[in-house]
Amino acid sequence: MSTKVSMTVNGRKVSADVEPRTLLVQYLREHLGLTGTHVGCDTTQCGCCAIHLNGEAVKSCTILAVQCEGADVVTIEGLASPDGELHPMQKAFWEHHGLQCGFCTPGMVMVACDIARRKPDADEATIRHGLEGNICRCTGYQHIVEAVHSGIQAMNQGKR
Amino acid sequence: MDSFGEKFGVGQPVRRKEDQRLLKGGGKYTDDVNVPGQAHLAFVRAGVAHARIKGIDASAALEAPGVLAVYSGKDLETDGVGTVMTDAALKNLAGEIMFRTHRLALPTDKVRYAGEPVAVVVAETAYQARDAAEMVLVDYDELPPIVTAAQALAKDAAAIHDEQPDNICLHWENSTSDAYDAAAKTAHKIVSIKLINNRVIPVPMEPKCCLADMDTKSGRMTVYAPFQGGRRVQGALSEMLFGGDGTKVRHVSDNTGGGFGTRSKIYPEIIAIAYAAKKLGRAVKWSGDRSETMVSDLHGRDQVNEAEIALDPNGKILGYKIINYVNIGAWVTENGARLPVDGGGRIVGGVYDIPVLYYSCKAVMTNTVPTDTYRGAGRPEANYLIDRLVEKAAHVMGIDSRELRRRNYITKFPYKTQMGLTIDIGDFPKCQDEACKAIGWDGFGARRKESEKRGKLRGIGLTSFIEGAGGRPEETMRLRFEKDGTLSVICGTFSHGQGHATVYSQILHDKLGIPFDDVNLIQGDTDTAPEGAAGTFGSRSSQMGGMAIIRAADIIIDKGKKIAGHLLQAPPTEVEFTEGQFKARAGSVSVTEIAKAAHDPAKLPEGMPPGLDETYLYKRASRDDMNFPNGCHACEVEVDPDTGGITIVDFAAADDCGVVLNPLIVHGQVHGGVAQGIGQALTEYLVYDEETGQLLTGTFMDYGMPRAEHFPDMKAVFVPTPSTNNELGVKGAGEAGCCGAPTALVHAVLDALRPLGVAEIDMPLTPNRVWHTIQSARVKGAA
Ligand code: FES
Ligand code: FES
Repeated sequence: MSTKVSMTVNGRKVSADVEPRTLLVQYLREHLGLTGTHVGCDTTQCGCCAIHLNGEAVKSCTILAVQCEGADVVTIEGLASPDGELHPMQKAFWEHHGLQCGFCTPGMVMVACDIARRKPDADEATIRHGLEGNICRCTGYQHIVEAVHSGIQAMNQGKR
Repeated sequence: MDSFGEKFGVGQPVRRKEDQRLLKGGGKYTDDVNVPGQAHLAFVRAGVAHARIKGIDASAALEAPGVLAVYSGKDLETDGVGTVMTDAALKNLAGEIMFRTHRLALPTDKVRYAGEPVAVVVAETAYQARDAAEMVLVDYDELPPIVTAAQALAKDAAAIHDEQPDNICLHWENSTSDAYDAAAKTAHKIVSIKLINNRVIPVPMEPKCCLADMDTKSGRMTVYAPFQGGRRVQGALSEMLFGGDGTKVRHVSDNTGGGFGTRSKIYPEIIAIAYAAKKLGRAVKWSGDRSETMVSDLHGRDQVNEAEIALDPNGKILGYKIINYVNIGAWVTENGARLPVDGGGRIVGGVYDIPVLYYSCKAVMTNTVPTDTYRGAGRPEANYLIDRLVEKAAHVMGIDSRELRRRNYITKFPYKTQMGLTIDIGDFPKCQDEACKAIGWDGFGARRKESEKRGKLRGIGLTSFIEGAGGRPEETMRLRFEKDGTLSVICGTFSHGQGHATVYSQILHDKLGIPFDDVNLIQGDTDTAPEGAAGTFGSRSSQMGGMAIIRAADIIIDKGKKIAGHLLQAPPTEVEFTEGQFKARAGSVSVTEIAKAAHDPAKLPEGMPPGLDETYLYKRASRDDMNFPNGCHACEVEVDPDTGGITIVDFAAADDCGVVLNPLIVHGQVHGGVAQGIGQALTEYLVYDEETGQLLTGTFMDYGMPRAEHFPDMKAVFVPTPSTNNELGVKGAGEAGCCGAPTALVHAVLDALRPLGVAEIDMPLTPNRVWHTIQSARVKGAA
């Protein structure tokens, strides 16, 4: 049995027949080939799978594809501008060495953008709290927190 | 090249060149790889911890939709698949070699830990494979499970392996205890301690995954799997499945989501997957989830230490005695028994001058996932033990712990340890000073008072530690000049977060004057890796890989001078090489021009073989010829006596990583190591149920991964003393952090709790444990 689902992903209209049990993350990775969204756990703890659903950060491992009918989804692949220029948050991660192995990074960046949207004046403590649903095993978070802080500043200054 | 070396040279905080792709979601981790026609595999895992296998009934599974095959250990045996045995061969004092297991990827006789793979199901889709795996029935004859070393050593304990009824893999001693006993007799004080070093798990964020693609036409298999160096996979799989023919196996790993030691291990799943792919003549993929990864990745630590130091009236250590019980789990893996001896044992006395040592280590088998290399690999345990003792001695003797450390630091180098290793250089008092300065040790009293006003207990603590880095003493690198004028570094070391593409480019930019952006890194493929390229583990890549690059570049410069001399009509001895230019008599040619000329017979001196590419096998004089990263970490905490909750208010790391090639990257390594160390001390604990042998903390719901909120803004400073064992002067930075952080945190918490009468506590310092410790101290105090 399969169900048809349609949504917009990174500005592109897509639709497919999926098994009802298909998770959004599986749909993104396996049907659309958008493998930048990662799966790091099976208990909604790690945040490697975070994407934007209708403008808000959501763990794509915890929502079914069929629940996203008609939704607007942005993944890490859709964040940089079409000419390849990094989004200010991505750029901040690069500047501040906010990634090592890079596995947690897409989820971190997506959630960081969400923090910027919700708390444009976030201080260090707010950022650390805001990242509580994202696990990184490599960086000790220090450079990530610095990156998010500076990424928020850049976003506030309208660098997109 | 205007600002030569200023922006991109060695020592600069160069931004990583590998990041652009990773930041855009373009990383290619194993699960991102798919090949047409691939089948999917699921494991049938032991639901019990200890049992004889009476039979396996796969009939229902074989009938299930999409199922292609079910294989068990019997099939592997029939097809002559080999077993895995460690190459460790440690001996006891009587000269007897340790017990070693021969592990078949899927066991036929017994299961020895909960979660051990027993059979595989291959089907057309991943769902079908999983569903059918549930239908495989394994008939067990259950045995009592054993999960702790103490249980394993009990008189009537069941044997994990019938051939070794006492469950002891190795009882290693450095000597008899006579010398220590004599020293202890003359001592002013003996200070003893009993510690549990909690079992933890490395947890790279990328779960385990493997795709084995069998090409039936060529008879060659390509294996995609996250790994810290592909030669090992190639070696093991060709040994086990292809009669030792290495050309039949290729390993590829583009990006790997963290390693921490565990991604350097051959594990049974990868053998079973490759077996299935070969048998079916098809590509077979397994995407392990986190819960599976928690029982498949080898665990770390898990020691019980009973130790004492003997001191003279001034607090100088006269001797050190250690009785160590290491829980190595169900199988004797590559390093399980070796870690406490060859890993932690190397630096067992830490940064202290220990004139006499007695070290006894029992490696004990249990019904748990085997323990093996995890970041630090024996050194965090060793440092934790000696420094907890030194800290305790300071309190027992009423000497300031900073002063007692000072009185015992090794200060004369080179220093030969009781374990026979020579520490070349370090400045431990200076690291201590820097750490204390960074954390503001002197102003602590006022901060404590302020906390008291709010009803909180404040504590400060420090620790000094040392590491021994470098691993295997040889590594090969290849430098190849490309037609487009760029230079490729072709290697077997493998960057899974360390930023080798950036650091190697910095080294070559300095050495050969090649623009930073014109250096490429080719890694992660056994088809391109040079012979003799081992991989990345033991914090070895900057030292071993870096030195191989330097030596290869030296040869290139030498040859380049001859070619340049020929072109500029000067004797090679007159040619100078600076900033990428060969210069002689008013003329100059760049290294890239020379690389081109090297392929033009008209431009080469007579008799010179064409090409400027170079491959170099770098060897250290011996395995013991390593480098010794060290440092001092200081930590300040606030404890809420009502909840037992700990807030880390400050953390300062003064690290001696030798010459720092890229401070941004090395800071990142330090932060990461510290975070893993704090994790062990604060929240992480793999708990086995003693009755059932089940792992109780097998997901992120119940295994406490450290998160951003657990940490303060860390201060990290460098106190470099260049290593004398390599020309770069580097020391491996990767593992130092977790050698210091746990101890610093525990010392800070003990400092906070000491006024309540608390003298000891074991990791992890969860609120529950801290609260209980406070309560029992109060009860004792009231009695
Ligand atoms: S994969 Fe979604 S939270 Fe871990
Ligand atoms: S960079 Fe490796 S998990 Fe975050």
